[in-house]
Amino acid sequence: MASGLQLSRDQLLQAYRQMRLIRDFEETVHEEFSAGAIPGFVHLYAGEEACGVGVCTHLDERDAIASTHRGHGHCIAKGCDIDGMMHEIFGRRAGLCGGKGGSMHIADLSKGMLGANGIVGGGPPLICGAALTAKTLKTGGVAVAFVGDGGSNQGTTLESYNLAKVWNLPAIFVVEDNGYAESTGTKYSVGGSQVQRGQGFGLPAVEVDGSDFFAVYEVAGEAVERARGGGGPTLIHARLLRYYGHFEGDATTYRGPGEVASYKAAKDPLMQFRNRVIEASLLKPDEFDAVDGEVKQTVARTLTQAKAAPMPTEADLLTDVYNRY
Amino acid sequence: MPTEELTYREAIVAALREEMQRDPTTLIMGEDIGASGGPFKTCLGLYEEFGPARVRDTPIAETGFVGAALGLALTGFRPIVEIMFSDFLGVCFDQIVNGIAKHRFMSGGRVKVPLVIRSIGGGGLRFGAQHSQTGESWMLSVPGLKIVCASAPDVAYTMLKAAIRDDNPVLVIEHKALLSTKGDVAIGTEPDGALSGPKILRTGSDATIVASLAMVPRALAAADLLSAGGIEAEVIDIRVLRPMDTRPICKSVRKTHRLVTVEEQAQVGGWGAEVAAQVVHEAFDYLDAPPARVCLPDYPLPYSPVLEDAALPSPEAIAAAVRALM
Ligand SMILES: Cc1ncc(C[n+]2csc(CCOP(=O)(O)OP(=O)(O)O)c2C)c(N)n1
Ligand SMILES: [Mg+2]
Repeated sequence: MASGLQLSRDQLLQAYRQMRLIRDFEETVHEEFSAGAIPGFVHLYAGEEACGVGVCTHLDERDAIASTHRGHGHCIAKGCDIDGMMHEIFGRRAGLCGGKGGSMHIADLSKGMLGANGIVGGGPPLICGAALTAKTLKTGGVAVAFVGDGGSNQGTTLESYNLAKVWNLPAIFVVEDNGYAESTGTKYSVGGSQVQRGQGFGLPAVEVDGSDFFAVYEVAGEAVERARGGGGPTLIHARLLRYYGHFEGDATTYRGPGEVASYKAAKDPLMQFRNRVIEASLLKPDEFDAVDGEVKQTVARTLTQAKAAPMPTEADLLTDVYNRY
Repeated sequence: MPTEELTYREAIVAALREEMQRDPTTLIMGEDIGASGGPFKTCLGLYEEFGPARVRDTPIAETGFVGAALGLALTGFRPIVEIMFSDFLGVCFDQIVNGIAKHRFMSGGRVKVPLVIRSIGGGGLRFGAQHSQTGESWMLSVPGLKIVCASAPDVAYTMLKAAIRDDNPVLVIEHKALLSTKGDVAIGTEPDGALSGPKILRTGSDATIVASLAMVPRALAAADLLSAGGIEAEVIDIRVLRPMDTRPICKSVRKTHRLVTVEEQAQVGGWGAEVAAQVVHEAFDYLDAPPARVCLPDYPLPYSPVLEDAALPSPEAIAAAVRALM
């Protein structure tokens, strides 16, 4: 069994760095959006870092992921370039999608990131295809779909569980259950349990504390090993919480009082990681502090560059619809 | 008739409230429309007034709940569903085009399907390619469906009321860039039963501009620009795309001799093509120039503000299209 505490010092630092990068990236986007510098719609992943990073730490260039509207964290965890992401979010020409996609559509196929998705439930079918490719070409690759508790109710998601099972695909479905779909609580919208749903389709399914990197790392490790070994798909039900509103600007009137604050105090994923690793004497506090400082500078530099970068031009509008018109 | 100044959003809520008060078989379903009043607050206060049985939150499952609306309609209710973004009509396309639109016909006219699908579409808010489409022509070729476009508060109000009373399935398309626009609404007006089509908003003698949704205010702005240069454009809000009544448009073109259509979607397959074809057929001898269509370029709407602004037809572009016919 892959226990995260057996990771090397470098691997631990890298996992922490990724989580910190996501947190700082999202907090920066939050501030910039509030200041009116970012157009459109953004959905932030802050609070959910341990899930994306815990899963993606097992993945490499053979593997593909499909994301959701809340995609920044998955992108970073899968290795997308944060400069390209920040430029994209600012609608700049040098963005990962040339400014055409935006926050909800960041994709980078060179990193196996098939795309964030503005259509809830859009991702799971894609990873059935990507997993079928890996299986057919015997690449040893796996494909992972992240899907929200809300997205878990779409027919596309349930159809994908079945496809993955009957085709015995190296596919992993990670249901990121943050308790809400916009303002609608899971108690209201989700019938049965996520684990039972997976099991109903014959998938090994497991629930995990999505705020705990080490717990996620462990169950994801088993799922990836099974998939790479031809053992078929797995469902992981991760419980977690998003720190910000559904989208930036959401007044979050549906939340309980102090919900986020008490969760942060007890379960913040970065804090948990740090405490556990220090307790196990694997890294020292100043090593974490050094990562924090370095990431802060990186994100600040990215922001400055993105804000100064040129916008696309009207001529850019006329490209990219077809490969050849 | 007493009028009240309402926003487009308030006009939608008022129409829903009045019709739900009037007819206990009406109910509304959609994502986050209950206690939260809807992502665009188009159902504000309805949950408090009518309760959870008539203002029903749904899981994210458009195929499921739109199909359920058909079942409700077949068994005695008059369901209204909200599709949060018109783009998501794509998710439940099958329920609409193969089920809702055809059920009456396939039953040999033995059933009726009094059902309203409200969907909020349109660009200009930097929401990108999957949250900016109007979808107004996606179902234009589907007999059995009515399609209505609301360009202003009074249209949103009267058309929605008429749609709810209609015994046929009606797709009501609203535009999110218009939600805060204000206008006088004749509150309490009885819809005359029929969904009436094209409406002349400004009279003119030199060209006819026909527009839908958020292109209507832009067409009016274009008419102002043209007027400053001595060209008087007649501006028509098409309002009902299906069944399409082009008689008022043909009549206008017989007077102005020129036609320009303006729609917020790609040209190929747009309703402008149908308008132009009918006008050419009915009023060919009156045309002094070939009909022109102002549309989005043949591309999805992009995210970056510079690109989105370049894609959306501006009043200047509409005016230029008219001038090119003079
Ligand atoms: C097909 C479709 N329906 C509705 C929406 C609007 N919408 C965007 S995100 C969202 C809630 C998603 O909830 P969940 O899947 O739990 O993800 P979370 O936002 O909590 O991460 C909704 C309803 C959409 N984007 N696509
Ligand atoms: Mg959720």
